Amino acid sequence: MMLVMPVMQLIILPLAMDFDVKFVNLAVVDNDHSTASQKLISTVTASGFFKMKGNASSYKEALQLIQKGQADIILEIPPSFEKNLVRENRQQLALYADAINGTKAGIGSGYLLSVIRSYSLALDIGLKSVPKDASAGAIDITYSNWFNPLGIYRYNIVPAVLVLLLTLIGGYITALNIVREKEMGTIEQINVTPVKKWQFILGKLTPFWIIGMIVFTIGLVISALVYGIVPKGNIFLLYAFAMVYLVGIMGFGLLISTYSSNQVQAMFVAFFFMMIFMLMSGFFTSIDSMPGWAKLISDLTPVTHFIKTDRMIILKGSEWKDVKTEFFYLVAFALFLNSWAILNYRKTN
Amino acid sequence: MKQLLVFIRKEFYHVFRDRRTLLIMFGLPVVQIILFGFALSSEVKNIRLGISDNAEDVNSRQIISKIRSSDYFIVSEKKIGYGELEAEFRKGNMTAALIFPNSFGNDLLHSGTAPVQIITDGSDPNIAKTVVNYLTNIIQAYQAENFGRAAGYQVVPEIRMLYNEEGNGSLNFIPGVMALILMIVCTALTSVSIVKEKELGTMEVLLVSPFKPIWVLIAKAIPYLVLSILNFTVILLMAVFVLGVEVRGNVPLLFFESILFIITCLSLGLLISNATNSQQTALLLSLMVMMLPTIIFTGFMMPLENMPVPFQVISNIVPAKWYYNIIKSVMLKGLGFEYVWKETLVLGGMTVFLLTIALKKFKTTL
Repeated sequence: MMLVMPVMQLIILPLAMDFDVKFVNLAVVDNDHSTASQKLISTVTASGFFKMKGNASSYKEALQLIQKGQADIILEIPPSFEKNLVRENRQQLALYADAINGTKAGIGSGYLLSVIRSYSLALDIGLKSVPKDASAGAIDITYSNWFNPLGIYRYNIVPAVLVLLLTLIGGYITALNIVREKEMGTIEQINVTPVKKWQFILGKLTPFWIIGMIVFTIGLVISALVYGIVPKGNIFLLYAFAMVYLVGIMGFGLLISTYSSNQVQAMFVAFFFMMIFMLMSGFFTSIDSMPGWAKLISDLTPVTHFIKTDRMIILKGSEWKDVKTEFFYLVAFALFLNSWAILNYRKTN
Repeated sequence: MKQLLVFIRKEFYHVFRDRRTLLIMFGLPVVQIILFGFALSSEVKNIRLGISDNAEDVNSRQIISKIRSSDYFIVSEKKIGYGELEAEFRKGNMTAALIFPNSFGNDLLHSGTAPVQIITDGSDPNIAKTVVNYLTNIIQAYQAENFGRAAGYQVVPEIRMLYNEEGNGSLNFIPGVMALILMIVCTALTSVSIVKEKELGTMEVLLVSPFKPIWVLIAKAIPYLVLSILNFTVILLMAVFVLGVEVRGNVPLLFFESILFIITCLSLGLLISNATNSQQTALLLSLMVMMLPTIIFTGFMMPLENMPVPFQVISNIVPAKWYYNIIKSVMLKGLGFEYVWKETLVLGGMTVFLLTIALKKFKTTL
């Protein structure tokens, strides 16, 4: 299971996680049926951003489509659209967006606005003579996205999934470890031997640490083979980070283990904390958008730091001097969590 | 009947004695609601923008002050050469850079076009796209104000955000949190509870007693049913009072659908408990096999329509997906039963199916 799980996760998660807003379902209500309105509709259709859900004959009918979840935005063209445009040079259009999913509504209406803007400009050039000073003051904006020019979301997700793998193995399995011995009673036998606490704990950690690094390597190989993601930066740096991070997370698992009395509890508690860590770490949502207190909490978890540096090293090729503060954070976490676990573990109850 | 009540009381004692699990059971939704409601947001804010103003003339300063006054960016100005940009990005200090060439103002006034360049850190494509959008809008607005044509056609769109005029970013998550919590509590805890008896050996005792095996299962399920309804109520109250969400739909209908979903999850829990004899496996199965699909295939974290088609087909088997749609329609859009009867039927069908299999496979002898 330990080998199948990373493969499955690496394949399923990046495929499923695509936050891109690609197709927005649009319903059009054309109350004008004029040449201008037809032109607007065809410009919108041709833009390729929308899946046209047909023309409804009234706002009420279109609203039904939104209620059923079949449409995301309604574009309503008022009657006398063309007439007012020609006479007063100004006309209003109504857009109604299903805003339950705020991002989708925002991006969808953004697309629609830019299409309408270009329709406006096209009208201008076609129907009226271009005023003399129209060409002055045009700001030409060029943009480029570095490190990921095509904007492929997978490049963002795969490094994070690698961190997720290590977190699962490190956190869950070590959490179960000591508790299982407690439940089975074999821990009593170990407690009466002269083995020191730290030797005992180190002994428990080591095999799983090795397995964790093997899983990490498998993960890297899969990302290269399946997704073509090869780390741009120094691979030894990446491994150094992974090693320290794994020790830290295992320390956390052990800590949970020392506080729980049975396996189910340990798993549940581990799950609870893992979920909070993953959510706050910048895996799904961006850290910059968080309010100050949330950022503080996010900074306190080792997961955040590793996801950040993992992405930096793999995608941007960041070097030691760029990530050394993060490295020291991770070392500090590892030391702190493991010491706490060792101190908390009592040989006698 | 009296026997059943006694058993139910015993099961309640079991549940209440495990304080830690109880704490997590109720703490989890509270934490998630707070996180999703206040900390996590799919909006893009506080973007660290580095501006390299090589022109330093009236126009570039005006654009920069416009950018500063919009709430989206944290602006830091540095004079960086093009060659140093990559190093800056590698340090992770900047999410995007805006570069004005030194002849900006001149070009604008005399030759008609002036270039500016936006460079974004593409590691997160959505943020990159949004940054370009924001900056483009601000710059184009500046252009329209100062150099815009007075004459010309203007088509002015007015946007109305339906169901969410306040622009609450967390609406999408709340039904998802409900589905997730109910699924976890009902499926995982129920299955563990039954398997624990098997593991400890006390199940045998129960089975040889004159007590019907069916009642054993029902007795085990009831405490979790009650607690889940309580949990659902807590989530609802938190959504209304802490997050300010308006419940537009019929509240009894909400409860009815939730109880149906709870029973679906309980049946799933029963099914899992039949399949295994160890608590660890039961918990693992419930958490990994049930929870991960719920998160991915419900569509509340990641849009379903972006996934490859086979995934979309699989999502139809996940009961949480139907429940999520029902809650969204009833609670957030305020629709009535006539809009959700299809999903309710599907959920009901799944429940009956799962229950039948679970009860059939329940071994009355060991």
